[in-house]
Amino acid sequence: MIRKILLSKWTKVAVFTACLVPFGVLVWRATQGELTANPIEFVEHWTGDWTMRFLIITLCITPVRKLLKIPELIRFRRMLGLFAFFYVCLHFSSWVGLDRFFNLHDMWADVEKRKFITVGFAGFLLLIPLALTSTKGWIRRLGGKRWQLLHRAIYLAAIAGVIHYAWLVKSDEHKPLQYAAMVGVLLLWRIVVWARKRWQQQPAARSISAKEPTTAETA
Amino acid sequence: MSEKKGSELTYSDITPKGAFASRRNFLFGMAATGAAVGGWKYLPRWFSGPGKGSVPHPLSGVAKWPYDATDKVTPEGDVTTYNNFYEFGTDKSDPSQNAKNFQTSPWEVSVEGEVKKPLKLSMDDIMKIAPLEERIYRHRCVEAWSIVVPWIGYSFSHLIQKAEPTPKAKYVAFQSYYDTRQMPLGPQAGIAFPYVEGLRMDEAMNPLTLLCVGMYGETLPNQDGAPVRMVIPWKYGFKSIKSLVKIRFVKDMPPTTWNIEASNEYGFYANVNPNVDHPRWSQAKERRLGEFFRRPTLMFNGYADQVASMYAGMDLRKNF
Repeated sequence: MIRKILLSKWTKVAVFTACLVPFGVLVWRATQGELTANPIEFVEHWTGDWTMRFLIITLCITPVRKLLKIPELIRFRRMLGLFAFFYVCLHFSSWVGLDRFFNLHDMWADVEKRKFITVGFAGFLLLIPLALTSTKGWIRRLGGKRWQLLHRAIYLAAIAGVIHYAWLVKSDEHKPLQYAAMVGVLLLWRIVVWARKRWQQQPAARSISAKEPTTAETA
Repeated sequence: MSEKKGSELTYSDITPKGAFASRRNFLFGMAATGAAVGGWKYLPRWFSGPGKGSVPHPLSGVAKWPYDATDKVTPEGDVTTYNNFYEFGTDKSDPSQNAKNFQTSPWEVSVEGEVKKPLKLSMDDIMKIAPLEERIYRHRCVEAWSIVVPWIGYSFSHLIQKAEPTPKAKYVAFQSYYDTRQMPLGPQAGIAFPYVEGLRMDEAMNPLTLLCVGMYGETLPNQDGAPVRMVIPWKYGFKSIKSLVKIRFVKDMPPTTWNIEASNEYGFYANVNPNVDHPRWSQAKERRLGEFFRRPTLMFNGYADQVASMYAGMDLRKNF
């Protein structure tokens, strides 16, 4: 039953629509003049928060589908990842277009000097190749293994996002720490899986070459 | 470990069913906990009413001050909903919500230390020390945003004269009210309370240094530091301590909250200075609330004529 729902094309439409809700709420609040006394900062924080949330949701897909044995969830991973990219683009362009108003000199000075902006910018750059190579064609062109290696850059981007946030706040680290904990658990799970697999393969590796996963779906 | 290859053993295949089920519960538990943690903070807000705390009332007999900033005054609604008052939460919108139940009556301010006349002042006493003036000041936060506020109060020097400090008094130390029953979010703020601040004696005596009891024609709203606060317009906002309960005249430079927290980022002087950046962001420009473009930050927040002489010969890079 769950599987049938997950495989339905309407579910994909529903998930897509749900992913647009934060954007819709932001636009709605803008039309209602409810972006607080500092609207530019509000837009930056809103889109930054949702970037982190979508990165975390994307990173949840593999553990959840393995632990709960719902392989169908893979259908949504690309979409969720692209939504993380969508929100980071909004976040970046609100900094460029609203906060700094295309003042290249100011922006470059920030990227160079302020480490929280440097880290955030690096995280953003890391996500660009992932968005560009998210299509089936690119999986084929790169080969599953290389594609998968490239797309592990999302781990670094998520870590960069957490550091970017933690270095921004003045003293209350609760929210950055919540994100750090979630990213930490999701990455730790991958490390444990990887370590256990290696450990299990060790004896076999002496006789025959270890079978590495080749499908792009196991990142 | 692809599920598509039937021949390959997957990780979960070798996991006992019982362990698997409990893991599933664990995952759902995690999700529920996550939702609870994320939502608990906002729940009370959905049900919050007008609040049981003190509310502002109009102040009469307020004289006009002749040296007002000519900048456009920031809308009151911005100044009452965009606050740094970490005792009531660290989001800008937190204090306006969470200070609703803040009771500021009765109130007592203790004036003590190196003084001939230690004082215990009620709000009635404070209101009578000198005639109230409305003064429009620029207010620049260390976070690079700024507002323009019509404060009501009088020069702090009037209170100093009343207390008669001894020659030993070289600094004034200030302390905010702190009570976790009234400020339950205080322990989460990441900084130590009660909030403390300080000024050098000549800074405290400067006529611009304001003992403030109101704004926009009324007594102070709770989130803006009711019932009495300091306003020091040429310094970053965190120097302008809120909800003042103790004024102590001392020999040595007193500890100050943000300096204790991060001494490389927040100095004792904290004079507004576009040429000395915060380690994590530039101080050259600021966003005036309500304006789209950042505007250049002025030396001493535009009050150089009145205050620069106090710092003559000091290296402002070192004494930031």
